Amino acid sequence: MTTDVFSASQAAWNGEGPELVQLLTPEGERVDHPGISLDLGSPEEEAEVIRGFYRDMVLTRRIDTEATALQRHGELGIWAQLLGQEAAQIGSGRALRPQDFVFPTYREHGVAYCRGVDPLDLLGLFRGVDQGRWDPAEHNFGLYTIVIGAQTLHGVGYAMGIQRDGAVGTGDPERDAGVIAYFGDGASSQGDVNESFIFAASYNAPVVFFCQNNQWAISEPIERQSRIPLYQRALGFGFPGVRVDGNDVLATYAVTRAALQRARDGQGPTLVEAYTYRMGAHTTTDDPTRYRLSSDLEHWKLKDPIERVRVYLKRNGLADADFFGDVEAEAGRLGEHLRTGCKELPDPSPLSIFDHVYAEQTDELAVQKEGFAAYLESFDAEGATR
Amino acid sequence: MKITLAKGLNAGLRKAMEDDPKVLIMGEDVGKLGGVFRITDGLQKDFGEDRVIDSPLAESGILGTAVGMAMRGYRPVCEIQFDGFVYPAYDQIVSQVAKLHFRSQGKVRMPMVIRIPFGGGIGAVEHHSESPEAQFAHTPGLKVVACSNPVDGYWMIQQAIASDDPVVFLEPKRQYHADKAELDESATPAPLFSSRVVRSGTDVTLLAYGPTVKTCLAAAEAAAREGRSLEVIDLRTLSPLDMGPVLESVRRTGRAITVHEAHVNLGMGAEVAARITEQCFYALESPVLRVGGFDTPYPPSRIEEDYLPDLDRVLDAVDRAMEF
Repeated sequence: MTTDVFSASQAAWNGEGPELVQLLTPEGERVDHPGISLDLGSPEEEAEVIRGFYRDMVLTRRIDTEATALQRHGELGIWAQLLGQEAAQIGSGRALRPQDFVFPTYREHGVAYCRGVDPLDLLGLFRGVDQGRWDPAEHNFGLYTIVIGAQTLHGVGYAMGIQRDGAVGTGDPERDAGVIAYFGDGASSQGDVNESFIFAASYNAPVVFFCQNNQWAISEPIERQSRIPLYQRALGFGFPGVRVDGNDVLATYAVTRAALQRARDGQGPTLVEAYTYRMGAHTTTDDPTRYRLSSDLEHWKLKDPIERVRVYLKRNGLADADFFGDVEAEAGRLGEHLRTGCKELPDPSPLSIFDHVYAEQTDELAVQKEGFAAYLESFDAEGATR
Repeated sequence: MKITLAKGLNAGLRKAMEDDPKVLIMGEDVGKLGGVFRITDGLQKDFGEDRVIDSPLAESGILGTAVGMAMRGYRPVCEIQFDGFVYPAYDQIVSQVAKLHFRSQGKVRMPMVIRIPFGGGIGAVEHHSESPEAQFAHTPGLKVVACSNPVDGYWMIQQAIASDDPVVFLEPKRQYHADKAELDESATPAPLFSSRVVRSGTDVTLLAYGPTVKTCLAAAEAAAREGRSLEVIDLRTLSPLDMGPVLESVRRTGRAITVHEAHVNLGMGAEVAARITEQCFYALESPVLRVGGFDTPYPPSRIEEDYLPDLDRVLDAVDRAMEF
């Protein structure tokens, strides 16, 4: 049988490649993978870590459900939901060291939580009182980026800065640093994401590209973005790509931790495709019933990232009712913190519009601000005479 | 020492790199080649490949990675090879570089310089002769300056690099290897965001920047032979505008003409004219006139001198202003 050159190359793309990395099945069974190991210490230490993941994911889901409810109550203008992506975010977020730096999209609420950002601070952007209020340098967690894929280039540039600071491959675990740049399946079509792959490969930058393939870019399915599994794209750019079960917190943690260590060690970029599913809508303004089948959703509910850990912990006697009760209580307190805090977030002063356009204020803006202040005061004066 | 604009910029970049180890240069062909105009000539040899970085051929990539470098504490100087190639980076410049300081309420600074050789007159093919300054001056968060001569090139590039705000730095490419000027490195330069009277006069004020400063000076010289006294101001800074010297001049002359290579419609001249009208209306003896490129795409090079404002078109406008 003869094969022409075109069908031969197509066959290569259709090849199996490395299979999906999974360490905890949807049924809550621990399984091994020949390509990666997960060492979490002694059995007691391991149980503690997994209970921690469970707690993190429950709290992350609570952030999401509270914020969604706050939007429904009119307290937020919009909310970008992460329902179903808790394992991808906690598994990757907990793989980070303090000195690593995160470049998020606008949906990385679980990663923000891992970086010590008060979840309340995530709401400001969606309430419209600011455009991101946390200090990126304090948390090594960049501001949410709304232009799709733009932040991946920022991540590569930051990683190039790490290289220039001599903080790669020294072998000092406190010093060597890496970057993780988040994006989605839709963003994989953006020029910036592809350019970030090229720059990262060219300079061997210490960066992990973490793609949460949640199957949907608003209404467009992954098939509209790619004819091949996304992780395979990395090969064309000259660095490894791995597909991990994004609903498996253990596998996501193991793969991301290893990829970050490659980066810190000076072995260059990695693409991690976390294969997951957006169980909610794109945002609170979206209506997925217009474009996808409810049977798909039901199918993915069986792969829920939190439920499989709960089953694992219970079946193996690693957590008791008190533990689950404590986590629920903590989630309740977090919910209360968000509900109360959100309504108390102050509106910015109208004059603050002018304040941070530049590091060095221009005379032009100073004059505009003065003029606007006088204009506003003129209403106060009118009111005083009433 | 007499230097060209290219040499002035090169020396200024060198000085900035010597003064601050955080200054990096990045762009296409800026390394071994020294840039297609040789503005970065010799810098990679002396400062190494980590500080003078040949980038992959992707402008958004250059600007986007520069954002990350700035967040890490570096001061990137990005070279865009030609004006018409800045647009692939436009999103990063407008949506990220310009807005990060505002978005972060001052927590994230973008001390970045975006060098763009601009303007025409070099007989180039399409996309190599454009004047996109108004698009950047229209973007809050960016500062925009244009140098017109070798000495300003030397000082202004250093001042732009020292600025904690992102600066779009426009260089008149036709002047790169043209006139020489005496550089006194011990002099104290004018502030970056200041305009300057470069020729005094009493009848009409010509307002120019970048390549048209030379055009206006030649026009003033020609007019003087006919008994007309033209004042020429080099605006130097386009955002923010420094209107002080402009208004002071127009209050004396009563007439103003803006001159730039960019399209007249919604160009810098329109903004300058509006501000003059707002701020010294009663001093005006004639409307503010605008001389510039026509509202067409930049034409093929064999007719570019018809498109570009030249001495005669400036003097024609002077006649119209005087006869109004």
